Amino acid sequence: MRHSRSSTTRISRRQLLAVSGALALTAACGSNTGRGGGAGGGPALGQWYHQYGEAGTEEAVKRYAAAYGKARVNVQWRPGNYDQQTAAALLTENAPDVFEGGPTLDQIRGGQVADLTGLLKGVRDDFHPAVLAPKTYQGKVYGIPQVIDTQMLYYRKSLLDKAGVRPPGTLDELIDAAKALTTKDVKGLFLGNDGGAGVLGATPLRAAGLEPVTADGEVGFDDPRAAKTLGKLHRFHADGSLLLGAPTDWSDPSAFVQGLTAMQWTGLWALPQIQNTLGDDFGVLPFPEDGPQGGPSVPVGAYGAAVSTHSGHIDAAKAYVKWLWVERTDFQEDFALSYGFHIPARISLAKKAAKLAKGAAADAVRFTADHGYAQPLLWTERSRTAYQDALSRIITDGAAPDAQLRTVVATTKAELKRVRS
Amino acid sequence: MWFWAFVGPFAAGLALFTYVPLVWSVWLSFFDAHNTVTPTEFVGLDNYTEILGDPSFTSSLTTFAVFSLFIVPATYALSLALALMVHRLRFAQAFFRSVFFLPTACSYVVAAIIWKLSVFNGVRYGLANTVLGWFGGSDIAWLSTTSPPWYWLVIVTVRLWLQAGFYMVILLAGLQRIPATLYEAAAVDGARPGWQVFRHITFPQLRATSVAVVLLLVVNAFQAFDEFYNLLSTAGGYPPYARPPLVYLYYAALGQGQNLGLGSAGAVILALIIAVVTVIQARWFGLGRRED
Repeated sequence: MRHSRSSTTRISRRQLLAVSGALALTAACGSNTGRGGGAGGGPALGQWYHQYGEAGTEEAVKRYAAAYGKARVNVQWRPGNYDQQTAAALLTENAPDVFEGGPTLDQIRGGQVADLTGLLKGVRDDFHPAVLAPKTYQGKVYGIPQVIDTQMLYYRKSLLDKAGVRPPGTLDELIDAAKALTTKDVKGLFLGNDGGAGVLGATPLRAAGLEPVTADGEVGFDDPRAAKTLGKLHRFHADGSLLLGAPTDWSDPSAFVQGLTAMQWTGLWALPQIQNTLGDDFGVLPFPEDGPQGGPSVPVGAYGAAVSTHSGHIDAAKAYVKWLWVERTDFQEDFALSYGFHIPARISLAKKAAKLAKGAAADAVRFTADHGYAQPLLWTERSRTAYQDALSRIITDGAAPDAQLRTVVATTKAELKRVRS
Repeated sequence: MWFWAFVGPFAAGLALFTYVPLVWSVWLSFFDAHNTVTPTEFVGLDNYTEILGDPSFTSSLTTFAVFSLFIVPATYALSLALALMVHRLRFAQAFFRSVFFLPTACSYVVAAIIWKLSVFNGVRYGLANTVLGWFGGSDIAWLSTTSPPWYWLVIVTVRLWLQAGFYMVILLAGLQRIPATLYEAAAVDGARPGWQVFRHITFPQLRATSVAVVLLLVVNAFQAFDEFYNLLSTAGGYPPYARPPLVYLYYAALGQGQNLGLGSAGAVILALIIAVVTVIQARWFGLGRRED
């Protein structure tokens, strides 16, 4: 997901020093656009990445860039509020030539990112459709998916056995399980410190068989089933089975491995750390289904490599993106699996990856293939914020779901009208 | 010539970093400025009607009004109480003055993170929950509980801790300016030390200082952002409660929203509110009126 890692929690002191040093340098040099420098011939290209939490990723992307012969690529590693930084940079002439980003619908509509459809000629079917769809607007592709990130429900097998609870297969079972697993010191479930409004997003809607925006661009949750399912989420809060106010948020597995909670919703990226600490004492599940028309729900997301239209070398930038994210499958595999833990965006690569062949990782790949969905491109920030506010009031305050959803439906309709005009 | 040599850089900086963005922002507020600062589509007052019709924005204005009404008197009262106590100390006055002033040197961001992660975290080893545990209470998720709204306790305590010392020093300076002869005269006239002296001598004599302190406090409350944002925002966004207008505008204009026209309209509305409140307040207190 876009906000998969909280950058604050994983910055070591040394990194912080390096970053402040780099910032000071940037400030001293005036506008450092990341162009210039680097090896190789040809034009100079600037490329931005957000700060990945896993050690070695930064060195790896710099190694890939150095291996490119047709342009001098200067990689910038950007800690902090990355999406805000790219959004601000794209307003100016100093935007990076190549960057990882949504890109968002408004960036596409504003003409800030270049059409990359041509780069996927012949291999478009090899990219997972769930992550390619949100990069596609009116048939054109504006971002090449780099990896697939996904989120799952992790549970402690021993704690479930002790409480005599089966791994939950429906939302009602999950609510009961969370209640049964809650003791004085251990909570049943951790959905983030806000009670789940931030991370769950459209996941419960999918579990009810609905979606935020339908394929033909209409509101997809103007339905009594949505209110019914979202209303159930308040029970976690009312039962006191949610872990709230933990020092780390949902994206970090610390609360789960430290035994503050028996179940936690977190990302695939947390799997190696959980495996190292808990060994075999855990399992993974998709978000469970609710109602007869529902199904298990697995959110997927990915940054895409995008090209800024402000770039002075759009063709060179496109050629570089094609080389790195379409042609060099060896680098793509290395990037997905050697540092953090992601599913390669290319179906052919995901199939042959040994690390994804067994155990919980294999489950995750299966869930993603069977139930994976990504937030639709037309589900804009404004609609998402309205929905998230409503979800927060439903979960935390027990607000009436149908009244809350009515305002979200109105906001979403207005937004869909705006973006279709 | 020398006038411009000295004033020029400052005036240029003021124009470039304050007036140009201000005018630009007003201009943007009349345009559809999604993801651009050079928009072309004039929309008139649409942004204004849209943001005033948005319940999240209007509720954030209410939140901030209630917050100001509470935090300004509370900080003033606490600072004054500290100043009066430190003023009466006969020994170690400098020590206590420094101790109470020290939190001012701490950044809002750092303080908010300490409050969030160690003092008021929601798990059993948080400081507040440990203390509760001694008395047999169960853990409270301070920042995630909306009924009762415990998050206000966290927000208010961090702000009081950060600000009270600073205003205490200003009030202390005001206290030290009050001539001792006034107290002597009052004692001769039979005023009882304590409340009567405070009510009729100390408090009226502090008027000029108090006006300055209250004005600063109001401006500070208007600008609330740092501790709110750092206490309550998560990677997924900001909860719908305790959301000051600046936090709302930050997400609308600078976040993924990038609706700079709407954000500018909100900023203009907020600026107008601040201007009106400040003018009313200045009139009320008679700021700048010659003392008689």
